[in-house]
Amino acid sequence: MNEMQFLTWVRGPGLDIAIGIFLLGVLWRLIEIYSLGRKVDVAPGRHRDGASGLHTVFRRSVPPPGMIKRSPVTYIGGYVFHIGLAIIVFLFEPHIILIRDLTGLSWPGLPSQVIDLVSVITLGAMLVVLADRIKNPVKRYLSTFADWFTWTLTFLPVLTGWMAVQHLLLPYTTMLALHILSVELLLIVLPFTKLFHAFTVFGSRWYLGKINGHRGVPV
Amino acid sequence: MQGPLIDTLARRGVTRRTFFKYCATLASLMALPPSAGRAMAEAMAAAPAASRRPSVIWLPFQECTGCTESITRSHSPSIEGLIFDAISLDYQETLMAAAGHQAEEALHHAMKENEGKYLLIVDGSIPLGLDGAYSCIAGKTNLEALKEAAKGAAAIVAMGSCAAFGGIPKANPNPTGAVSVSDIIKDKPIINIPGCPPIPVVMTGVLAHYLTFGTVPELDKLGRPKAFYGETIHDRCYRRPFYDQGKFAKTFDDEGARKGWCLFELGCKGPVTYNACATVKWNAGTSWPVESGHGCLGCSEPDFWDGGGFYRALSRPADPLKMAATAAAVGAAAGVAITFANRAKKSSAKAAHETVTLADLEK
Repeated sequence: MNEMQFLTWVRGPGLDIAIGIFLLGVLWRLIEIYSLGRKVDVAPGRHRDGASGLHTVFRRSVPPPGMIKRSPVTYIGGYVFHIGLAIIVFLFEPHIILIRDLTGLSWPGLPSQVIDLVSVITLGAMLVVLADRIKNPVKRYLSTFADWFTWTLTFLPVLTGWMAVQHLLLPYTTMLALHILSVELLLIVLPFTKLFHAFTVFGSRWYLGKINGHRGVPV
Repeated sequence: MQGPLIDTLARRGVTRRTFFKYCATLASLMALPPSAGRAMAEAMAAAPAASRRPSVIWLPFQECTGCTESITRSHSPSIEGLIFDAISLDYQETLMAAAGHQAEEALHHAMKENEGKYLLIVDGSIPLGLDGAYSCIAGKTNLEALKEAAKGAAAIVAMGSCAAFGGIPKANPNPTGAVSVSDIIKDKPIINIPGCPPIPVVMTGVLAHYLTFGTVPELDKLGRPKAFYGETIHDRCYRRPFYDQGKFAKTFDDEGARKGWCLFELGCKGPVTYNACATVKWNAGTSWPVESGHGCLGCSEPDFWDGGGFYRALSRPADPLKMAATAAAVGAAAGVAITFANRAKKSSAKAAHETVTLADLEK
């Protein structure tokens, strides 16, 4: 298999398989999680629920008072790499073309130099967050294989994509193929690991906010 | 400096000075030091003392003669064309006057006379299907002819994508079982000059290099001269700034196309294609595909014909949602199945639950 055949495979059958497993996993997990249900809470609510669920969705994106000072790496590093990933994935022109092809939706992108800068910042933030996870004894204690594994799978697409554009290490064709392959691995693993928070984060915040409101701790 | 080639050129109205300039250009194109231009000029000018001209045998296999057309018609009469005067082209079916037995005789004569010294140029792929019966010359299959001619060759030049990588004949489903020269010949230096067709100056540059230094130029891992195939079309493209700015032509006749914006979205394969089109251009530097408004097809890359569609942007997958419906159905079914399993687990737990009474606590 030469590099062009490799690229053709990852763009063709490879992506078919990855998207297939991704859709399968997402539907499976969503149905499984949302059908679990809870026992009916027969106690009367101590407070009217109001919009506690909706508020929690937003409030949890803002650090509680004093927390940024107490663990700046977690908050700032986390913000930087999450926002960076969103910019790279959704505002790089070739990515937009892919999304348009899959969904029919499109929007204007950013110049590739900007994406380039954002990629470097994102990679840096992810490395800092990783270093903190290794250095901080509590975080290290709480980390399991899945944490290291999902960090790697999130890091690789950004790294290979940036290296492909910068023509580092390997010829562009090979690097582009590796980039697409790394994204496919991410797609396959996403529904079955903690990366599934991409789908569940707002749902679970809403749920917790609503319960807390019901129990008298509204937001 | 004098020599038969200088005289021939002078008769055709090409001055010595022009010839030197051409050699200097060739040398710089191939990233050789300036002194190499003079060495090339000397070697080519001196070589054609009739008996010493290096013999070149050109074998056509499964091909369309486009490669020959490219060289001979590019900007003829040109200095490129005249480089042929520096060699003794002993067998080239399209260009030679002889035919039939005479042509065969010329071929075998040249092979015998220049045993171990001649340069073999091959264009076209070699069919292996039906024992090679898809393409025969003088009753011999291409496979036999290639093996026979390669035995005494000093080096082999695989001209065009068919000879270099199998090309269009090898395109899926490859009905003739076509393969490239390097798939068959393993014990000779092979220079691949892919392209459909290749750029004439690349061909003459490699020939000039061989005539001057007697060696093959530096090659990449696909056997292509690095001097010409060292960078991608995309990196040398004059439309590259538009790519970086995110300005793309969406159709062949929209505003972007008229303004000469990037053709990436229209399927340009420039980012993954290594060739010199963007710098050397075609037809005496007149233009090249992207300049004329069409994306690069990637013709100098292996299997370019099966690269997923000429008009499909590189970032667009071939058929991404092929399995989507099935996968979604299976996923939903799995979710529902697990739901039932979870519910069953819950209700059995509920059924097995024993209420604690006061009496129990007092025990």
